[in-house]
Amino acid sequence: MKEELRGLVNKIIPMSVVDGEGNRMAIFFQGCNFNCKYCHNPETINLCNHCGHCVAGCPSGALSVEGGKVRWDWQKCIHCDRCIEVCPHNSSPKVRHYTAKELGEEMERAMPFIQGITTSGGECTLQWEFLVELYEEAHRRGLTAFTDTNGSLDLSQERYRPLVSASDGFLLDVKAWDIEEHRALTGRDNTVVLKNLSHLSHLGKIKEIRVVLLEGMDHGAILRGIGENATGLEKIDLKLISYRPFGVRKEYQYLRTITPDEKAQLVERARNMGFHRVIPV
Amino acid sequence: MEKFATLSEFQAVVREVLKDGAQTYEQQTYRLAKLAENSLPYPVGEDHDFFPLYENGSICDLDEGHGPYAPRYILPDYEKFLREGSAFLRLEPARDLLSAVTQLLILYHHVPSITRFPVYIGSLDRLLEPFVQEAGAEAARPILKNFLLQLDRTVDDSFCHGNLGPKESLTGRLLLELLPELQIATPNMTLLYDPQVTPDDFAALAVKSSLTCANPAFANHPLYEREYRAHGSDYGIASCYNALPYGGGAYTLSRLRLNKIAQNSASFEDFMEEELPRAVTALAEFMEAKIDFLKNESAFFQHNFLVKEGLIHPENFVGLFGVVGIHECVAELLEKRGEEGLFGTDKNADDLAVTVLERVEELVAAFTSKHSGKFGHRFILHAQVGAAGDQGTTAAHRIQIGKEPDLYTHIRQTARLQPFFPSGVGDHFPFDETARENPQAVLDIFKAGFALGNRYLSAYNDDGDLIRVTGYLVKKSDVEKFARGEQVHYDTVQYAQDPLQKYGVARRKVEAVE
Repeated sequence: MKEELRGLVNKIIPMSVVDGEGNRMAIFFQGCNFNCKYCHNPETINLCNHCGHCVAGCPSGALSVEGGKVRWDWQKCIHCDRCIEVCPHNSSPKVRHYTAKELGEEMERAMPFIQGITTSGGECTLQWEFLVELYEEAHRRGLTAFTDTNGSLDLSQERYRPLVSASDGFLLDVKAWDIEEHRALTGRDNTVVLKNLSHLSHLGKIKEIRVVLLEGMDHGAILRGIGENATGLEKIDLKLISYRPFGVRKEYQYLRTITPDEKAQLVERARNMGFHRVIPV
Repeated sequence: MEKFATLSEFQAVVREVLKDGAQTYEQQTYRLAKLAENSLPYPVGEDHDFFPLYENGSICDLDEGHGPYAPRYILPDYEKFLREGSAFLRLEPARDLLSAVTQLLILYHHVPSITRFPVYIGSLDRLLEPFVQEAGAEAARPILKNFLLQLDRTVDDSFCHGNLGPKESLTGRLLLELLPELQIATPNMTLLYDPQVTPDDFAALAVKSSLTCANPAFANHPLYEREYRAHGSDYGIASCYNALPYGGGAYTLSRLRLNKIAQNSASFEDFMEEELPRAVTALAEFMEAKIDFLKNESAFFQHNFLVKEGLIHPENFVGLFGVVGIHECVAELLEKRGEEGLFGTDKNADDLAVTVLERVEELVAAFTSKHSGKFGHRFILHAQVGAAGDQGTTAAHRIQIGKEPDLYTHIRQTARLQPFFPSGVGDHFPFDETARENPQAVLDIFKAGFALGNRYLSAYNDDGDLIRVTGYLVKKSDVEKFARGEQVHYDTVQYAQDPLQKYGVARRKVEAVE
C-alpha cells in the first residue's frame, strides 16, 4: 500500500485577513528554496537536520533527542520560540506532519468563519503533491484553496497541472525584475517566477501579486514588467508592502524600506495600471 | 437610591446642584427635575421585597427615577411623521431632502427618553432615500453631512441610535462615507443586516466604516424581524443595541445582578429555587408598579402629541428585564458546587450559564403583566451593559475583559447566550488595522456569527479614537478628558445626572485594569 502523504507544517493560523479574499485559515509549510534577506519567518526556510542544538535550552522540556532525531512535544511547548532563536540552520523543531485529512479536521474547527484556506510558507508548492490532496479536502467542505508562492516551480509544466487546476488562485511574490537583483536578494534567479507570472495570469489564476518595497530595489522595473507580462490586471490585486524588520535575521537588520514619498509615487503609478485594487501595506 | 427625610436635606442637595460648576445648564436642569421626581416615594410600598434586594445589590433600577413620566425608550414612527407632518409641531409633510432632515431634527428635539435625548432617530436610509434620489448624490451629500453634524453637536449623548439597511441605498452609501469622515460619536448606527438582502460590497463598506469610526454595528435582521413579526410588530435598534417595537418602545428597564444573587445564596439549589425566583418576582412587581404609575398617574400616554398623532401606540411598549454579571454568577455557582471552570472557555461553565439563563427566562415568562398585551403580557429579557456602581460585575452575558478566548471560540460562546435576549444584546470585537484593507474578512466572521445564532456583533479598530465600549460609542480622547474630571465627581450625589455613557466607559476602563 502506498504510504499516506504528509505535509510538513510549521504553523496554522485559523484567522488570517491578509492572505487573500475574506477570512481564511493560513497554513505555513516548512521548507523554502529561496533565501530572501528580508524573510520574516526564516525558521521556515530549512528542514530540521536534527543537530540537537535547540534541545538543551528548551525551558518546558518539550524538546528531546530520540534515535538521533529531535522530537517536539507540542503539548509541553509554551511557544517561547527560544529553539528558533538558537537554531543555526534557519529551521524549527516545531514542525508537525499532517495528513490532508487531519488538516481537513483543522479546517472544520475554523468553519463557518472562513471562506477558505491559503497555503503559505516556507514555499508550499515544494510539497505540491500534498497540496493537491489538501485542496481536495478544502473543496469537499465548500472552502476555496489559495496558494501563496514564490513562483519558483515552473507551473506551466505538465506535471504541475493538478496543482494549478486544484488551486483556486495564486498569491504570487514578484521580488525583483532584474535577474541579478533577484539573485542578490533571494539567492536564486527569477526566470521561472516571471514565466509563472505570465502563465498563471493568462489562466486567470492570479489573485494577488505582492511586491516588498526595499530601499535600492528597482520597483519601477517590477511594475513595468508586470504591466508588460501579466494579463487580466483588472482581476488582480497588487499589494505594495513596506519592508519591516520584524522577524528578520540580525545580519539583515540593516535593510530599509523606501521613503513614504517614493511609496506614494509607486502606489499612484500602480493605480494607473488598471489593477483590481492596489493595496499599500 | 435617593431618599430625603426632611425638606432641608432635600434643599441641601438642590443647592449642591446649583453650585456645581462641572455641570452644564442643561445637566443641572435635568438633575433638578430628577430630584423633584425622586422626592416622591417609589411606586412600591416600603415593605416590598424590592428594598432589601436593592440594598444587597441583587436588584438595580438604574436610577430611572421614582415617578416615571415618560417611557424610557421611544421609537416614533418617523415614516408617518414625514408622510403626514405634525399638527402639534405645525409641520406639513416633508417635500424634499432639506425639509425632511429639518423636520426630523425638529421632531428629535421633542422625543423624550431616560437620557432626555432621543434614543432612536429612525432608519435613516429608508426615511430619506426618496428625497436623496430626487436630490442626487452631489446635492444630498452636504445636506446629510450637516444633518449628522447637527445631531452630534446637539444630541450630546451617543445612546442616540440610527438604523441602516437591510437594503443597499444611495443614502446608506453616502452615510457610510460620511461617518468615517466626520468621526462622530452621535449617532450610534446599526446596519440591519440580512445576508439574503444586503449585498456583500455594501456590508463590507459598513465594516470598513466601523474599522475607522466604530460605526455601524451589525444586527441579525432576519432573526429580529421574524421575532417581532410574530407579535405583529416592526422593530428598530435603539440606545445601545436595544431591539424594540417600532412606533412604541420600552416603558422601563431594571435589572438583576445575577452575581450578587448567587453570592447571597446558600447553595446552587438555593439560588435556582429560592433566591433567583425571589429576585425575579420582586423585580417584576417593581417594574409593573412603575409601568402602572407611568400609564395611570403620569400624563404622558394621555396627552403627549406623539401618542395623540399616532407616532407611537401604547400597545407597542414593553418592559425590559435586564440581567448583568453572568460571568461572576457562574464562577460563584461553580465554587458553590465545588467545580472548576472558566466562563467563556470551559464547556461546563458555559453550560451552567445556559442553565441559569433558562431559569431566568422561565421565571420572567411566568410573570403576567397587565401591560404589553401584544407581546403576551411578558417582560422581555435584556442583556444590560452596565452602569455606575457595577465594579466587580461584568456587563450582561459578557466574558470578563482579559479572559476572552480566541475569536472563533468567543463567537461560538456568545451564540449560545445571545438568543436569550430578544430585546437586545451585543458583542464588540476589536480588529487591528490590517482588517481595514479586507473588510470582507470581518464580514465573513459576522456572517458565521449570525448563522450560529448571534443577534448583534460589531467591529472596531483597536487603535481608533472612537470605540464601542458597551454598546454606544465614545471617543477615547473624551474619556481621557473625563477621567481627569472624574475624581471630582465620582463620590458625589451629583454623578447620576452626568451622561451615563461616561460612567460606563470609565468603569469599564477600571475593570480592564483589574
